[in-house]
Amino acid sequence: MRRSALAVALALVAGSAGAKGDPARGEQLYARCAACHALAYDRVGPHHCGLIGRKAGTVAGFDYSPAMKKSGIVWTARTLNRFLADPARLVPGTTMTYAGIPDPKERADLIAYLEAAATSPQCRK
Amino acid sequence: MSSFLAITNPNAARRLFLGRSGLLLSGAAVALLAGRDVLAAKSGGSAAGDARILNTALGAELEAIAAYQLGAESGLLQKPVLDLAVQFQGHHKAHADLLAKTVQKLGGKAVSAKKKYDFPAESLKSQADVLRFAATLEQGAVSAYLGAVPLFDNRDLSKAAASILGDEAMHWAVLRNALGENPVPDAFVS
Repeated sequence: MRRSALAVALALVAGSAGAKGDPARGEQLYARCAACHALAYDRVGPHHCGLIGRKAGTVAGFDYSPAMKKSGIVWTARTLNRFLADPARLVPGTTMTYAGIPDPKERADLIAYLEAAATSPQCRK
Repeated sequence: MSSFLAITNPNAARRLFLGRSGLLLSGAAVALLAGRDVLAAKSGGSAAGDARILNTALGAELEAIAAYQLGAESGLLQKPVLDLAVQFQGHHKAHADLLAKTVQKLGGKAVSAKKKYDFPAESLKSQADVLRFAATLEQGAVSAYLGAVPLFDNRDLSKAAASILGDEAMHWAVLRNALGENPVPDAFVS
């Protein structure tokens, strides 16, 4: 357990959000997430309003995997970039069973959208 | 067997299309059931990982069933769109049934439907709203299955997931078409 936590920490340090993303393009990419996620309410995955700065596995009432609850991750542009590249690599045992987004620009765009969405009407309700 | 492409009447083409779309899942179901001994014999981390992937997909399928139920009971859908929605819901029920059985064969515990889903029901005010909501879910499902296909340890499960992906991509295209949008906007899905 200690070793896997260390691996996560090292991976997060090594990660970089890279270029500034385009939130408009990110909104289009967010359609890929729509089987499991929504901004304002929980679905198969937790809601995304308030994601940036949230500790992973802490949305009240959401049934997270033990792996996510124990990950110790705080969601920032940097940690999201690492996670979205290969979710299961960063958090082995996550129920977000998705191969990831290999394109750094697409990840940056998606993260820019998630950041911008925090001030959207859906998230300000 | 008549060709889908040879049919000029859109309604006839749709009937033929709908009649055949169930064949895809049937093919996957046969493949899965034929491999039941292999699935039962697998154990350890790979089976657990495959069951986890299937359970995530099952959760999304159960939500889709509930979403189509919401649409069907909304009073906003007129025939033949209502029939289409019920048929698509039936596909999702078939997917969910197969996924649940396969999770159990892999030694896992299949997730159950939630008692309540938080759908944006207040924003559904017309048939087009319901269709757009369903199309969004179907598009997301296509991406989710696409993201899951390479993760399976058992390649038969990848094949089955790809079969479901194909079915849900057709749902998405038909819903887009019903909304007056280009049914197949790109050469690739992502």
